[in-house]
Parts: sequence; C-alpha cells; structure tokens
Amino acid sequence: MREEPILQVKNLRKQFGTGCVECREVENRKLEKNFCKSCGTVYACQDISFDLYPGEILGIVGESGSGKSTMMQCLYFDSDVSSGEAFINTSELEGKNVFELSSQQKRAIRNHVYGMVYQNPVHGLKMDFSSVGNIAEKLIAAGNRNVAEMEATSRRLLESVHIPLHRMKEEPRNFSGGMQQRVQIAKALSNNPPILFLDEVTTGLDLSVQANVLDLIKKIQRDLGISMIVVSHDLAVIRMLADRTIVLLNGKIIEEGLTDQVLEDPQHEYTQQLVYSLL
Amino acid sequence: MSMLEITDFGKRFTIHHLGKTMPAIEHINFSLEAGEFIGIVGKSGSGKSTILKSIYRTYLPDAGEILYQSDRFGEVDLAKLSERQILYLRKYEIGYVSQFLSVMPRTTCRQLVTNALLEMGESEEVALMEAEKSLAHFELDPKLWDSYPNTFSGGEKLRLNIAMATVKKPRLLLLDEPTASLDQQSKVKVREIIEKLKNKGTTLVGIFHDIEFMDGLCDKVFDMQTRQLTVAKEAVGYES
Ligand SMILES: Nc1ncnc2c1ncn2[C@@H]1O[C@H](COP(=O)(O)OP(=O)(O)OP(=O)(O)O)[C@@H](O)[C@H]1O
Ligand SMILES: Nc1ncnc2c1ncn2[C@@H]1O[C@H](COP(=O)(O)OP(=O)(O)O)[C@@H](O)[C@H]1O
Ligand SMILES: [Mg+2]
Ligand SMILES: [Mg+2]
Ligand SMILES: [Zn+2]
Repeated sequence: MREEPILQVKNLRKQFGTGCVECREVENRKLEKNFCKSCGTVYACQDISFDLYPGEILGIVGESGSGKSTMMQCLYFDSDVSSGEAFINTSELEGKNVFELSSQQKRAIRNHVYGMVYQNPVHGLKMDFSSVGNIAEKLIAAGNRNVAEMEATSRRLLESVHIPLHRMKEEPRNFSGGMQQRVQIAKALSNNPPILFLDEVTTGLDLSVQANVLDLIKKIQRDLGISMIVVSHDLAVIRMLADRTIVLLNGKIIEEGLTDQVLEDPQHEYTQQLVYSLL
Repeated sequence: MSMLEITDFGKRFTIHHLGKTMPAIEHINFSLEAGEFIGIVGKSGSGKSTILKSIYRTYLPDAGEILYQSDRFGEVDLAKLSERQILYLRKYEIGYVSQFLSVMPRTTCRQLVTNALLEMGESEEVALMEAEKSLAHFELDPKLWDSYPNTFSGGEKLRLNIAMATVKKPRLLLLDEPTASLDQQSKVKVREIIEKLKNKGTTLVGIFHDIEFMDGLCDKVFDMQTRQLTVAKEAVGYES
C-alpha cells in the first residue's frame, strides 16, 4: 500500500513576539510552558509535523493553550506561520510549500481545497446574512454564478445538516449554538473541499446536539471521503471520530498513534495523566 | 505458512506517575493455521487480553514478532506495521470483539452494523440488507434492531459486537472472553456462532476462562501459565 498523504505539514512554527537571547535557540530555550518569561514571547506551535491521508480523520487533542487553534489558523492561512512547510498533494500544488504562495493563491486554496469550521461560529459565519446567503457567499468565492443553482445547493446542504427549510432564510445569529455549528459545517462543505478543518465543533453543545454533530461528521467521512483534522480537548469526541490521534502539549507533539492505542496504551507521561483523569 | 505466528512476544507497561515498568507478558510463542481456532486460557491478570490487544495494535507491542499473512500485503509483522496499514487491516481483514460495547452514541443497532459495511465502501442498499441478515443470523430480536444498544443485556451487546465485526467477513477474528458473564443459554448461542464462523473458514483467536465449553471446537489451546500450546485432542477434559 503506497499511499500519499493529501496534506503534509513539516516543522510548523508559530510564535507571538520576537524572542530574545534566552529563547531564540530552539534546542535550549527556557520556557514556562510555551512562554518566555524574559521577553514575553509565546511559542504557540513548536515544530509540528504530520501527514494527513485521504479519507481519514486525524484527531488533535491537548489542553487549553496547547496550540490547537493556532495551528488550525496557520493551516487555513488565517495567520502567517513563523516558519515551516505544508504540501498539498494535487497536481497543481505538488511540491510547493503552500505557506509561501501569494495571498491570491492562498485564497484559491481556501476556496477550492479547504473547508474550515471555527471554534467560535462568529469567525465562520456572517451573523447578519441569512444561512443561505452565508453558503452562497462561499459558493461565489469558489466561482459559482448561477443564482438558482446556488440556492438549490444551499438548500440541499442545509437540509443535510438538518436545518429546517423554513429557517434557511434566517440569520444564524438567531440560532442556537448547535445550529450555528451545523450551518458552519454546511458552509464549509459547499465547495466540496477534499480537506476539512474542524476546531472544537462540539464544545459547549449539550450532549444530544453533540451526538448529532458527531454523527454528521462521521457521515461526511463515510459518504464523501473527505480528509479531516478534528481538534478537541475532549477525548470522548476524539475516540468517536478519529482514526489516528496527535497529542499536543505546549505547542509540541508529544505523542501520536492509533486513537484506541493512544487512549488505552498511552506512552507519554502527560498523555497518561490525560487518559487516567478521564477514567 | 501460518496465518498468525507469534514469536518471543513480550509487552511491558510503564506507568510514569508511579515511576514503574511492569512486564505484562514475556516470551509468548504460538502459531495458527488458516481456518483454525485457538483458545487462550489462564487466570485473571495473566496477560490474555494484552496478547489480543497487541495483535489488534490497541496496545503497542514492544518485543518479538506478530507475523500475519495478509490478503492485501502478504506477510507482515503487526508489531511494526504502519498505522495506516493497521487501519486498513482492521477495516478489511481483522476483527476484534470484546464484551464491552463502545459505539457512537444515539446510533441504532441496525445503523451500527450498516455503518461497519458503509465504511468498507459497500453501497447503502447492500449494507442495509447484509446488516439485517447478520442481525438475524446472530438471533438478535428484530424488536431491538431500531433501538439504541446502551440498554441491551450483556448477551445482546455481545451478539451486536459479533454482528458488527463479522458482517465485514474478517479473515482473522479476535474474541476477548465472549462467554464471560453470560447465562448457559447465551453461552450455547455463542458456541453456535463460533461454530458457524469456523465453518465459513474464519481463523479465530479466543480467550476463554471456561475452555471446556469449547471442547470439540478449539483446534489448539494456549495456556498462559505453562506457556504451552496443546493440540485440542489432548486438551479434551482440560482443567484450568
Ligand atoms: N494573537 C495572539 N497573541 C499572543 N498570544 C497568542 C495569540 N493567539 C494565541 N496565543 C497564545 O498561543 C497559545 C495557543 O493558543 P490556542 O488558541 O492555539 O490554544 P488552543 O489549544 O486552541 O486552546 P483552547 O483549547 O483553549 O481553544 C496560547 O498560549 C495563547 O495564549
Ligand atoms: N493498559 C494497561 N496499562 C497498564 N497495565 C496494564 C494494561 N493492560 C493490562 N495491564 C496489566 O497487564 C497484566 C495483564 O493484563 P490482562 O492482559 O488484562 O490480563 P487477562 O486478560 O489475562 O486478565 C495485568 O497485570 C494488568 O494489570
Ligand atoms: Mg482553541
Ligand atoms: Mg482480559
Ligand atoms: Zn525570550
């Protein structure tokens, strides 16, 4: 089985601050968690490398502040990396570090290759556009011009995430958290992206709504074969969804493996604490 | 060539907060031909589940070899195979059944079995049909098919687990105490299920605390205490 990853991330680094003599050297920087006490620089992502394979769900777990959202924002080009590479395995992009592309090329990748569901729906949705309008916006960005067709696509997508027909013209700011997340998912799927990023999509939802969203994500994987990176601090969510899992601590990958293996036979001290506290 | 050959296998656990490393099992050797059924016996804590979980790679093996004859990849060492390849084998070749049910919440019994097939790329229509056949085959009451399994009895959960695993027609099936805590009648049912699977040519590794119950079905018995492999005819009347 010679399988190529659809997305390859190599040595992704993201720091907030310029660094100082105490922390500039990667090998022996003295940090308090991810923070340099001398100059206040935050090393949010330190040397993150992984492969994402076609059709798989890759889980990312880690405590608050471990760098999960920062990593997702870097991958989605919402913020620039400090250094590192990412390669997308399509014929046009082969061999190109996508972090170094022009902003126009990055926009094209967001419009055609990526979908993103943000931890906070405010970042993923225009709260004063209708739900259909939100999706149409993404479809227009992806090059669609046919209004009737876009409306039909929006309806189909919103229906697939169980937003009732009579509420589709409504603005998502009127919706519950779970509904907003589902509109975000519908929007993220509208350009048929081969790669989907999901940041804490079920956090803060009550259990039955959460089950609903988890089921939807699994269904998307089964039916559409989309590759996904699913970020969560909730191991139960990761257990349900992810084939393989990466554990982040202070911006570094400290463990990775098959999800059940990471949960049942954790190797790293920190992962053991994380898992035992769940039992 | 054997279907499964375990050589000098060992597994230890390091618990960091105790600062301890404990060997769970050491120097395990046994092998199994295609279509055979091996029973593993031994007292609680002797490492039976550890062997099974290591074959399935839920546990990360750390010594020895677990050679498996894969349909897709040829001979592979499950202890070292890439995670992506392990995932492939779990999807298409190797099944694992325990007495515990851990499934997606709020998913019906029927949907769970159907999903197992959809994940393999089966069409919706075929998946639904095969799922029903499988549930009927393992004698789950049709009244239960559209309910959530968290309220099922131990025996029902077990049969659902077996249905989910076997509907995929695995070549190798791992069974961790499939008769534990079942009443006599349910145990007889499990025996019949294993017999059916065996007749279909499935290679089976099972953990049993009451191996006598599998008399006449088991081809080999591996005893954790003596680390000896016995061929079944000699194992008749075996006492643990
Ligand atoms: N714009 C910023 N300026 C300075 N520091 C930042 C900035 N954004 C994030 N950080 C810091 O980077 C680190 C990682 O934050 P991030 O939001 O990625 O964490 P997370 O893993 O997503 O946490 P949570 O589970 O709480 O969402 C934190 O220490 C955070 O304070
Ligand atoms: N995930 C684990 N972490 C730490 N120790 C474990 C783990 N799984 C099993 N062990 C230990 O390994 C030994 C064998 O356990 P197990 O394989 O479950 O035995 P059996 O199935 O024969 O009852 C026991 O001492 C058990 O405590
Ligand atoms: Mg976050
Ligand atoms: Mg056991
Ligand atoms: Zn500094």
